[in-house]
Amino acid sequence: MGKKKPDFISTTNACKLCRPLGACLAFKGMEGTVPYLHGSQGCATYMRRYIISHYNEPIDIASSSLSEKHAVYGGGPNLKLGLTNVAEKYRPQMIGIATTCLTETIGDDVAMYLQEYRRDTEGSVGLPDLVHVATPSYAGSHMEGFHGAVCAVIRQRTEGGPCTGTVNLLPGFVSSADYRHLQEIMDGFALDRIMLPDLSETMDGPALREYRKIPAGGTPLARIRAMGRSRATIEFGRTMADGSGGAILAEKFGIDNHRLGLPMGIRESDRFFHLLAELSGRPVPAVFRGERGRLVDAYVDGHKYLFGKRAIIYGEEDLVVGLCAFLAETGVRPVLCASGGTSGRLAASIAAVTGDLLPEQPQVHEGMDFFEISELAQELAPDLIVGHSKGYPLARKLGIPLIRVGFPIHDRVGGQRILHLGYRGTQQLFDTIANALIAKKQADSPVGYAYM
Amino acid sequence: MEAIALPDRQNHIHRKGEQPFAIRCNADSLAGAVSQRACVFCGSRVVLYPIADALHLVHGPIGCAVYTWDIRGALSSGPALHRLSFSTDLQEMDVIFGGEKKLRRALLELIDRHGPRAAFVYSTCIVGIIGDDLDAVCRRVEEETGIPVIPVKSEGFKGNKRAGYQAACDAMARLIGTGATGDISRFSLNILGDFNLAGEIWMIRDYYREMGLEVVANITGDGRVDAIRRAHGAALNVVQCSGSTMQLADMMEERYSIPSLRVSYFGIEDMSEALYDIARFFMNKYPDDPEARAIMERTRELVRREVEGLLPKLEKYRQALSGKKAAIYVGGSFKAFSLVKAFRLVDMEVVLVGSQTGTAEDYAELAAITDPGTIIVDDANPLELTSFLKEKGVDVFVGGVKERPIAYKLGIGFCDHNHERKEALAGFAGMLNFAREVYSSVMSPVWRFVPGRADAASL
Ligand code: SF4
Ligand code: SF4
Repeated sequence: MGKKKPDFISTTNACKLCRPLGACLAFKGMEGTVPYLHGSQGCATYMRRYIISHYNEPIDIASSSLSEKHAVYGGGPNLKLGLTNVAEKYRPQMIGIATTCLTETIGDDVAMYLQEYRRDTEGSVGLPDLVHVATPSYAGSHMEGFHGAVCAVIRQRTEGGPCTGTVNLLPGFVSSADYRHLQEIMDGFALDRIMLPDLSETMDGPALREYRKIPAGGTPLARIRAMGRSRATIEFGRTMADGSGGAILAEKFGIDNHRLGLPMGIRESDRFFHLLAELSGRPVPAVFRGERGRLVDAYVDGHKYLFGKRAIIYGEEDLVVGLCAFLAETGVRPVLCASGGTSGRLAASIAAVTGDLLPEQPQVHEGMDFFEISELAQELAPDLIVGHSKGYPLARKLGIPLIRVGFPIHDRVGGQRILHLGYRGTQQLFDTIANALIAKKQADSPVGYAYM
Repeated sequence: MEAIALPDRQNHIHRKGEQPFAIRCNADSLAGAVSQRACVFCGSRVVLYPIADALHLVHGPIGCAVYTWDIRGALSSGPALHRLSFSTDLQEMDVIFGGEKKLRRALLELIDRHGPRAAFVYSTCIVGIIGDDLDAVCRRVEEETGIPVIPVKSEGFKGNKRAGYQAACDAMARLIGTGATGDISRFSLNILGDFNLAGEIWMIRDYYREMGLEVVANITGDGRVDAIRRAHGAALNVVQCSGSTMQLADMMEERYSIPSLRVSYFGIEDMSEALYDIARFFMNKYPDDPEARAIMERTRELVRREVEGLLPKLEKYRQALSGKKAAIYVGGSFKAFSLVKAFRLVDMEVVLVGSQTGTAEDYAELAAITDPGTIIVDDANPLELTSFLKEKGVDVFVGGVKERPIAYKLGIGFCDHNHERKEALAGFAGMLNFAREVYSSVMSPVWRFVPGRADAASL
């Protein structure tokens, strides 16, 4: 790992987002749910705008719209008024409430407010379920918010009972295309699954005849309740904290928890597919074996374009780990892995998935921003950058390709449709990377080769 | 049918012609109503960020800074410090023990690194709560570094965007009056309220140059600290987007006796009117001065040339768009006036117009210039906008990023007229771009495939 991380007081061009944003996204993957921020109006609007620019889908996030006097006297009344208004206009099945820096700092007791609200509204019909999660941004990033919302729902909503034989799948924050593909994979093994959350439709919906206040899709609430009766949980995320959704289910209901890395690259995907084979008692279906075969074939066909290429990889920690697992298999050499997250587990996780493939471990730094990444980048002589679109200024400065993955993608269409997972997703990433390197070589050549 | 708006929202909506004009506005957003508004901080940064050689440090947790990283198309012809997102990224310990120390060290670090001409320090919601003494920290760093270090009181919850404009104007007021003005021409002006989106202020400056006028300070598009410091030497303030910078113009009138003109650069009519108003101002100010008359002459020539060049090019769009219906929802209502006129010019009908932060006078004026039946709305939300768009059978919706998916999900064309746009829409050339933008959305064949349209192809 060698190098020390530059240590600045200020943050410039952060490589993380704030915690409630992650919570809102997780809530968007639950059926009939409206995300709700208990805080001032600006936070909700900024997050909506940020999310819309990636997904190009409506995302309504309600807010308590606190003003100065509420900040002084407490936000309880506005929270209750806001919930009533959302219930009336959206008729949601559930409202997912996340706090913000403001309400955490003034010490609003949301659990108590909700208790009062439930008491006050007892007996009224059509009231939505309420779940809440504490998401102060001054501790943790959007990924803690995302996992926090998932955990909150599991803690507050799941119920035990006779085992149903289903399998819980907690993929973490992946693209809409990824959620779709994961369902397809589970279906391929004929596994009855409960995937939480599910942003496959809610944030990548079709053009419709009727405008829907709350888009269709998302994990059904009845299914969420039933998660306590599943026979196993699979969760992705090597860097996730210990008290994860899978761990809570194990603790509450004694359900086996299998924690894997994001299935990216051949070996991490193999682990996922083997587990599914084991859980379902069926062999890996022919479609996926075919995909795996073609992926290996593609690795071989393209290996010369990738071998020895030096990559900077940044973004959410688990995504960075998955990308490293994949890239190391192709001969690409990650030289700098950076994240705004601070799990304390990034370096060890990367070593765990690449140790036998890389001649040397990359520099790995948590708590990084883009200024720090830039500072290190120059002397690393990278050939490519892999991450979300906020690395574009760096790629431009260095004159090397940026391979867009993850969230956000604000300078291209279809970010929600980028597939990262499984053999198929790996295949698409591989082709994208190989082609970007070929394109660069082609563009840089004075000859103008039309045949590469 | 279910009422479109919550009871508490109904008096924010006016349908022209039904009752005498009345609208509630300039109020706090209703909890749970999913307002399209941002916050005080948003208002401040919109106005101040285009100052490209200043450091803009957001004092607070990371979100407020990271969501606003380089999101606006305010261009600079030189330094581009404004495109970086600086934050103190407050952590739990800072919240408990106060963020002043971190703020000071962050400021020193960044000023040393970038050598800005001034620094603006924006306070966000929690800074207002943890009670950091921004003034004291800024004063101290100002002494230590020798550049102006100016606190911007933009705690998000202290009102809406308008309060943010005020805070931004207060901040700039501290710069103005501190530069030398000796060599400034009698025929000079400041440009207020243009943010150089897609290079618009460069177009406007070219017009002024051609007229023979000196621009002292851009406030704030392609803005520079040193220019703003000498803004009090100009003969006139030309204020566009008056919601955001009018307070500054008023302050300058009071303190330095600089009169101001309210203008708009959108649409042929308003653009021409703006240039004539300015020329007329100098004619009145220096009635016997041949240079004043020459300025008027050059203005006439400029407008004639531009309009003559433009009208034939617009004709194609006018014919295609004639009779189509438009909806407008923008941040400041002043822009809405120009848009209403611009749509008239291409023979389109405006059926809905609203804004996040309009005042009662703004809305009254909108009611006066729109056709009967037009819906006028203050601080709307997605559900209201959706129902209005459907009710009115709108063909194109003009708004910002948050309005775009509303239009698209309904199968309606869209034109971005907000701060992130990449097309210049101001000036004479801007009118043509605007017509082209609207045309290329409305006339696209893709709508034929959207379910629910009368002519939609189906499976
Ligand atoms: S105050 Fe906190 S929750 Fe709101 S935008 Fe800033 S970081 Fe995010
Ligand atoms: S915390 Fe306050 S200042 Fe920051 S985005 Fe939210 S409302 Fe605006």
